[in-house]
Amino acid sequence: MKSVSELLATEGGHQSWIPLLDTAAREVFELMLGCHLTASTGTEETKLDVTAMVGLAGQLCGVLSVRCNEKAAALMTSKMLGVTLDKVGPEIADALGEISNMVAGNFKNKIAGLAEGCMLSPPTVITGSDYNLHSMADSPAVEIRMLFEGMPIVISLEIHT
Amino acid sequence: MSIKALIVDDSSVMRKIVERSLRQAGIDLSDVFQAGNGAEALGVLKDTKVDLILCDINMPVMDGLEFIKQLPGVENAKGVPVVMITTEGSESHVVQALSCGARGYIRKPFTPEQVKEHVVPVLAGKS
Repeated sequence: MKSVSELLATEGGHQSWIPLLDTAAREVFELMLGCHLTASTGTEETKLDVTAMVGLAGQLCGVLSVRCNEKAAALMTSKMLGVTLDKVGPEIADALGEISNMVAGNFKNKIAGLAEGCMLSPPTVITGSDYNLHSMADSPAVEIRMLFEGMPIVISLEIHT
Repeated sequence: MSIKALIVDDSSVMRKIVERSLRQAGIDLSDVFQAGNGAEALGVLKDTKVDLILCDINMPVMDGLEFIKQLPGVENAKGVPVVMITTEGSESHVVQALSCGARGYIRKPFTPEQVKEHVVPVLAGKS
């Protein structure tokens, strides 16, 4: 396991974190939702109107966000709760917030020193797609695009160095 | 044996998942009480005796570590095992939780098998 400083020093900087973020996300979906994320073809519908965000502060500062469409968010909630889709109600925001929290926590636990040196904020969930996010990040975002049951999901880590 | 459990987490979705995982782990639950933070959980314990407490760490109002620090002064919590379930995976959090009296530590994300692996020995008094 490499430390934050070692990873930052590697060529490509934060981009070397993509495999860790990918693994962190896959583990959360496999263990908590019982499903596998698959590779994105990059041609899927891109209207992502549910955004769950968790702030990171400490050795790593930034925002991790999980974005998907409403149908995917409802399906994720049904799988987390083990109920059929028609039984899903207002828990969607809570479920998406927990997913973003677990992806962020699982990601930081994979980098030496970050589990202790980085705090997570409570999650925030935004619904709707007509907005601009200004995270004050000063590095290119680390972003992964995958498919959840055929629907696109985008996980981004915007970093403030 | 049927047990009463108290699940403490600020996410209602996570409380339901933990309850389901306990049932999937084969633990017979006669009653499940829920609380959204440590202060609410202390309120539950004023009137209720439980056999097992599962508790998150990062919560508003009163976090999980502060909650378990207060348990020795709570009559209904005497001898009740506490298992932490949290995204906080650092060694220092584990050490801190165990030194505050927690008997087990499960990192999110988790499987029902992991819940069983940590909770069953605690209930049997082996941990």
